[in-house]
Amino acid sequence: MQSETATDTVLDVRDLRTYFKLDEHVVKAVDGVSFSIRRGETLGIVGESGSGKSVACLSALGLVPRPPAFHPSGQVLYRGRNLLGLPERQLQNLRGNRLAMIFQDPMTSLNPYLRVSRQLTEVLEVHKSATATEARRAAIAMLERVGIPDAARRIDNYPHQFSGGMRQRVMIAMALLCEPEVLFADEPTTALDVTIQAQILELIAELKHTFGTAVVLITHDLGVVAGTTDRVAVMYAGRIVEEGPTSEVFASPTHPYTLGLLESLPRIDAGPEGELAAIPGLPPDLAHLPSGCPFHPRCSRVLDRCRESYPPQVVLSPTHSAACFDIEVAS
Amino acid sequence: MTIHAAPHSVERPTGPDLEPGTSLWQDAWKRLRKNHVAVASGWILLFLAAACLVGPPIVAGTWGYDYETQDLAYGPRPPTWEHPFGTDFYGRDLLTRVLYGGRVSLTVGFLAAAVAATIGTVYGAVSSYAGGNVDSVMMRIVDILYALPYMFLVIILVTILGKNLVLVFLTLGAVGWLLTARVVRGQVMSLKEQDFILAARSLGTRPGSIVFRHLIPNTLGPVIVTFTLTVPAMILQEAFLSFLGLGVQAPRPSLGALINDGASQMLVFWWTLAFPGGVMALMLMALNFLGDGVRDALDPRMKN
Repeated sequence: MQSETATDTVLDVRDLRTYFKLDEHVVKAVDGVSFSIRRGETLGIVGESGSGKSVACLSALGLVPRPPAFHPSGQVLYRGRNLLGLPERQLQNLRGNRLAMIFQDPMTSLNPYLRVSRQLTEVLEVHKSATATEARRAAIAMLERVGIPDAARRIDNYPHQFSGGMRQRVMIAMALLCEPEVLFADEPTTALDVTIQAQILELIAELKHTFGTAVVLITHDLGVVAGTTDRVAVMYAGRIVEEGPTSEVFASPTHPYTLGLLESLPRIDAGPEGELAAIPGLPPDLAHLPSGCPFHPRCSRVLDRCRESYPPQVVLSPTHSAACFDIEVAS
Repeated sequence: MTIHAAPHSVERPTGPDLEPGTSLWQDAWKRLRKNHVAVASGWILLFLAAACLVGPPIVAGTWGYDYETQDLAYGPRPPTWEHPFGTDFYGRDLLTRVLYGGRVSLTVGFLAAAVAATIGTVYGAVSSYAGGNVDSVMMRIVDILYALPYMFLVIILVTILGKNLVLVFLTLGAVGWLLTARVVRGQVMSLKEQDFILAARSLGTRPGSIVFRHLIPNTLGPVIVTFTLTVPAMILQEAFLSFLGLGVQAPRPSLGALINDGASQMLVFWWTLAFPGGVMALMLMALNFLGDGVRDALDPRMKN
């Protein structure tokens, strides 16, 4: 375990709230999320669709459209600077340079009309004021690094001449060209075949190791989390319900939602007659959240208090916490 | 391949089209070449353009007269070997005048359409990408200009700015960009929600670069189609302006002015209408067929 010093923490998100003001009501997509991440660490953020995982990361980079979005509270501190209040121009200087992001669908996240070379060198030209020759050389080196064979020739291809896995490699190369300190990976493997998934995750882990990048890995695949992350945060309805070291959360999940998620994983040793567990009910409508703990209508351990107020974070160990009244009672 | 690539080299490059540069444009070009009508139209246009460009000097060199050399004693006569298109009321050689007029019409058509396409593309893309109130204001301006009668605006501008050939195509272009602006705005509306724009923004790409490097190239298909259909419209409008006496000034001919002259005497001197009219019709038809061909070639659903 690394020693926790102030300089080690690259990104510190505190009580981030991202609300979307629609015609009639306010959608609380992210509702008080806090996490921090250190150099070289991988934080997994898991949750169902609509739990606010992607919006939290897009908010950190200032990529949610405002309006309709607004931040009633919160700070995203990158090396002590609050990104939420930063002018757009300064954010542009940080994006792709110190903080980068890769997206879910590599088939649509490259511009179909531009050669890959153009898209790669643009990043370097913007952030590093590199000349065309330097940028091209660096781009080829990075393509080789992410495992594109014959990179010097392939760099002049168009995106449609690459397969899905290759395109995701190109995206990763693009995001890492300026050696950012934080990489947000928004379900980077969801759109890929299982074999390619493993390769891409391995690649991210390897590059993280080389460059010391902090990685925020958003996924809904618990298998991915177990295999690649140091810490995990479980999100539900815009809040983090449980957070801790991955091994600890998987070994002793405490929040009923985390438990439900882990129990609903199909097990290969359960045999064909084993029944697939599922969490009853549906994720809540973010515009009309239930009172109190948003998970209470689906929770098997619901208490009266759960309907009235949101539970506090219960500290289970210095690194592991969960937000649940039932746990508070037990501990 | 370097040593770094070794652990990942399981994944082989796929697809037969590994040649660099098989871009979407080249695909479209291939499809366009298969369209015989469009190809023929392209050749006709090239031939007309070449004839208009080199024709007048050749005629001048061979027979020694240009578009304004009069021969009042000769007067209007039907086509002969010496004057293949005949002569007009003042004994001027009609072939020279038609070629010279075609030169004017083609120049005006293409330049006016280019002005219109440029203004419209930039205006539409900026408006759409900025969004919100900026977009609303910019598009209301377009609506207001749309509501005014087009020819009325052109006539006012020509009257104010003067009857100069350069000003005529600038004026036509400056008023004709509205359709392109709307087409491009619509395109950018859907394009800017695409992942690759979000990805570009996440990499710190500047808004100017997003508009000009990422958005506008993606709208060029529809812009080119609008352009090819604007050119004949501009030629017709120049003809109409000349018809009203606001376009190209005598003795310089344009196809529109020649048709105007010819129409007034068509029952007596049929050739003064038939030849300019025929060339104009051929030009417009070729442009329209080529425009149609380009549209089909750029339509991704027509792929192969």
